[in-house]
Amino acid sequence: MIIGGIDIITLISMLMVASTPVLLAATGELVAEKSGVLNLGVEGMMITGAVAGFATAVSTGSPVLGFVGGALAGAAMAMLFAILTQVFLSNQTATGLALTLFGLGLSALIGKPFEGVRPPATGKVPFGPLSDIPVLGRILFSHDWVVYLSLLLVAVTWAFLKFTRAGLILRAVGENHDAAHALGYRVIAVRCAALAFGGALAGLGGAYLSLIRVPQWTEGMTAGAGWIALAIVVFASWRPERALIGAYLFGGITALQLQLQAAGYAIPVHLLSMAPYVLTIVVLVLLSVVHRRGVQAAPAALGRSFHAAS
Amino acid sequence: MTEILLKIDGLTKAYPGVVANDHVGFSVAPGEVHALLGENGAGKSTLVKMIYGLVKPDSGTMEFLGRPYTPAEPRAARAAGVAMVFQHFSLFEALNVAENVALGMENPPPMRDLAKRIREISQAYGLPLDPARLVGDLSAGERQRVEIVRCLLQDPKLLIMDEPTSVLTPQEVEILFRTLRKLSSEGTAILYISHKLEEIRTICDGATILRGGKVVGSCIPREKSARELAEMMVGGEFAATERVSRPFGAPMLEVKGLSLAPLSQFGPSLKDISLSIAAGEILGIGGVAGNGQEELLATLSGERPSAPGTVWMKGADISALGPNPRRALGLMSAPEERLGHAAVPNMSLTDNTLLTGTIRMPLVKNGFLNMAEAKAFAEDIIREFDVRTPGPWVAARALSGGNLQKFVIGREVLQKPEVLIVNQPTWGVDAAAAAAIRRALLRLAEKGAALIVISQDLDELMEIADRFCALNEGRISAPRPTEGLTIDEIGLMLGGAHGMEVPA
Ligand SMILES: Nc1ncnc2c1ncn2[C@@H]1O[C@H](COP(=O)(O)OP(=O)(O)OP(=O)(O)O)[C@@H](O)[C@H]1O
Ligand SMILES: [Mg+2]
Repeated sequence: MIIGGIDIITLISMLMVASTPVLLAATGELVAEKSGVLNLGVEGMMITGAVAGFATAVSTGSPVLGFVGGALAGAAMAMLFAILTQVFLSNQTATGLALTLFGLGLSALIGKPFEGVRPPATGKVPFGPLSDIPVLGRILFSHDWVVYLSLLLVAVTWAFLKFTRAGLILRAVGENHDAAHALGYRVIAVRCAALAFGGALAGLGGAYLSLIRVPQWTEGMTAGAGWIALAIVVFASWRPERALIGAYLFGGITALQLQLQAAGYAIPVHLLSMAPYVLTIVVLVLLSVVHRRGVQAAPAALGRSFHAAS
Repeated sequence: MTEILLKIDGLTKAYPGVVANDHVGFSVAPGEVHALLGENGAGKSTLVKMIYGLVKPDSGTMEFLGRPYTPAEPRAARAAGVAMVFQHFSLFEALNVAENVALGMENPPPMRDLAKRIREISQAYGLPLDPARLVGDLSAGERQRVEIVRCLLQDPKLLIMDEPTSVLTPQEVEILFRTLRKLSSEGTAILYISHKLEEIRTICDGATILRGGKVVGSCIPREKSARELAEMMVGGEFAATERVSRPFGAPMLEVKGLSLAPLSQFGPSLKDISLSIAAGEILGIGGVAGNGQEELLATLSGERPSAPGTVWMKGADISALGPNPRRALGLMSAPEERLGHAAVPNMSLTDNTLLTGTIRMPLVKNGFLNMAEAKAFAEDIIREFDVRTPGPWVAARALSGGNLQKFVIGREVLQKPEVLIVNQPTWGVDAAAAAAIRRALLRLAEKGAALIVISQDLDELMEIADRFCALNEGRISAPRPTEGLTIDEIGLMLGGAHGMEVPA
C-alpha cells in the first residue's frame, strides 16, 4: 500500500518502534506525577539509561542485561532526585532541571569509549505464522519484545491506578498529602517508590533508543524525547490511555517525516524535523481544551513538598 | 462502671512557643460519651491526635483496655479499635465517596461490596450517601457524612469526633446523636469535642475541661448549665450578646433576579434570587450548606461574575466588578472555608492580611508592600479579636481552627466595611469567642453597615439577625422579621431543606 511515495504499512510498523522510548518515559513520569511529584529530570534519566544500557549490553553481550542496566541506572537517578526533594525538601523544579543537566553530562563522560561501537542486536519476537498475516502481521507481529512490554506496562499502569488499593493510595497521596498522612499513609515512601518506577521506565526508554531504535551511542541522543514525555503526561490529563495516544502520535509523525525526507519531498528538512514536536503538542493541547475537565485532572498536590507537621 | 477503656496520664506535647498539652490525664469507660471542653487553642485536637497516633507525645502514658498503648501511627490506632473524625476534613476531592472510605479502612472489601455496605450503613444510620459521587462535588455536611460513615464501617471501640456537628443541620445532628446513642449502648466509647454546649449537655456522660493545655476540671455536663460550662472553660465570666434596636438607613445592597448556573454536574445553582438590605440591618440566611450558600457569597463578593443588573450597591450596578473594586466600594466578605479560601495555609498571618487588606488599608505604597503596616494590622486583629497565637509571623495553618476563624472575620470587620457578607462566622469557634464575634458583627451594624450572615446555626441567626430568610436549593424565601418568629415557622420556611435525599 503506497500513497504519495510512502509505504503506509512500513510507516505504521515504524511508528510503534519510534514511539516506544517516549511511551515508556511518559508512563513512568505519569505514575510519579500521580503521586504528587513533578520530576523534570526525565530527559536526564533517559540519557543515563541510554548510556548505561548501551555499556552493559556491549560489555556483557546481552541486550536483555542492557535493558536491565538501563532501567537500574534510570531508577538510581530518580532515587537521587527522591533523596533531594523528599528527604531534604529541595525545590522539585530546580532539582529536576539539575538532574537533566547532570544526566546529560554524566552520560557524555561514560559514553566516550562507546562511540562508534555497535551493540548486540535484539531479535524480533518469533510469532511464527502470525507474522505472515498480510498487513496485520507486519504491523502487529514484527517487533522486538520491548515494544510489547511497553504496551503491557501501559495497560498494567492503567489497571493499577484504577483498580488496585496500592494505586488508590498512590492517587490519594498525590491528591492531598496532608489527609493521606492523617490517615496514616507514608507519603514519602509512596512518592519514593513512584519516583523509582518512573526513573526505571525512563531508563528503559533511553536504553531502547541506544540499543534498538538508533542503534548506537551518540552524545545527547535523546534529543528532547524526555521533554516530550513530560508534555504528553500533562496534555494526556494524567491518563495512561491518552498518554499512549500522545506517544504514538509523536512516533507516527517522526516516522512520517523520516519517510517524507527519504521520498525526496521538497520540504525543508528543518521543518520536517520540527514537525513531531510541534504537532504532538498542538494536538494534545487541543485535546485538553476539548476535555475541559482535563485542566482539573492534575493531582492537586503536584509539585508540593510534604513535611509532616509534628 | 469501674471498667476503663482508655486511661491517659501525664500526657505532654509542646510546640515551638506553646505547650499544647501539659500533663493531661483522664479516663474513658466503655460505652461512655466523654466530652473534651476548652476554648479555641486549649489543646483538644492535639490531645486526640496523640490518641490516634498522629502526633507523638513528648512524655506521658496511655493505656487502652488495660494494656500500655503507644500507637506509632494511625494504622496502629485503627488496629487497636480507635477511629477518628477530623476537625478539618481528611478527604480527597478528586476521589469518589467509596474510594475515600476505602482509604480510611484497614482491610476494605472489594469496591463493589464496599459501595453496597456504604449504602446500607449510611441508610441504616440515616446519613444517605451515594458511593459513586466525587467528594469534590459534595457539600460540607455531606463530606462530614463520608467521614462518619468511614468510621462506622470499622466497628470502633473508641470513636473520636473532633467537632463533628459544626457543619450539620439540626436534623442531621439529631440523627447523629441517635447514631451515637446506639453505638454507646453497644459499648463503643465516644470522645466528643464540640463548642456547642447544649449538645454536650444532651449527649455526654462526662466531661474533661482543658484550659491552656492543662486539665482544669471535670464535671457531669447534664448537671451544669451551658453558661456554667462556658465559664469553667474560660475561667471567668464573659459578656453575652446584647442587641439594641437601631434605625435602618437607605438600602445598601440589592440583588435583583440573580441566577447562576452550577459549576459542576452536581453543584448547586442559584435561581432568581432577589433581596435588599438596608444600612444598619443584619439579614440572616439559614438553610443547609450546599444549597447555594457558597455560590451566593461568591457572586456577592465578586468572585464569580453574574449577569448585568443583578447586584446593586448604593444604587450602582456592580455586577461586573471583581472582588477588589467591590472592596474599594466597601463591600467585604468572609467565606466559609477558612483554610484555602479565606486564608492561605502556608502564609504567615501578616501575609494573609495582604490578601484582602490592600484596598482599604494603607498596606501598599507605590506598588510596594508595606510590611510594617501589614504586621501592625495583623497585630491589631490578633489583639481585638483575641486570636490565640504566638505572633503574626505564625503560618495560618498552625492556628487552631477557631482562632483562624476569629482572625479571618477580624480581618474583614476591622477594615470598616459598609456591606459585610459572612458565611458560617462562628464555625468551630468556642462559646466565648463566638459571642465576641457576634458582638463585633452587631457593633458593625450599629455603626451603619449592612450585614448578610449566612449560617446553619439558627440560634445564632435568631440572636443577631433582624430579618431571616431561608436558602433552599438555590431559591430564597421571602425575608421575615426575626422578632416573634417561631421554630415551627422557620421549619416551614426551610421547607424541604433537610437535605436527606441522595440526588439520583
Ligand atoms: N503543628 C503545629 N505547630 C505549631 N503549633 C501548633 C500546631 N498544632 C497546634 N499548635 C498549637 O497548639 C495549641 C493547641 O492547638 P489545638 O489545635 O490542639 O487546639 P484546639 O483545642 O483543638 O482548638 P480549636 O477549638 O480551635 O480547634 C494552639 O496554640 C496551636 O496554635
Ligand atoms: Mg481543634
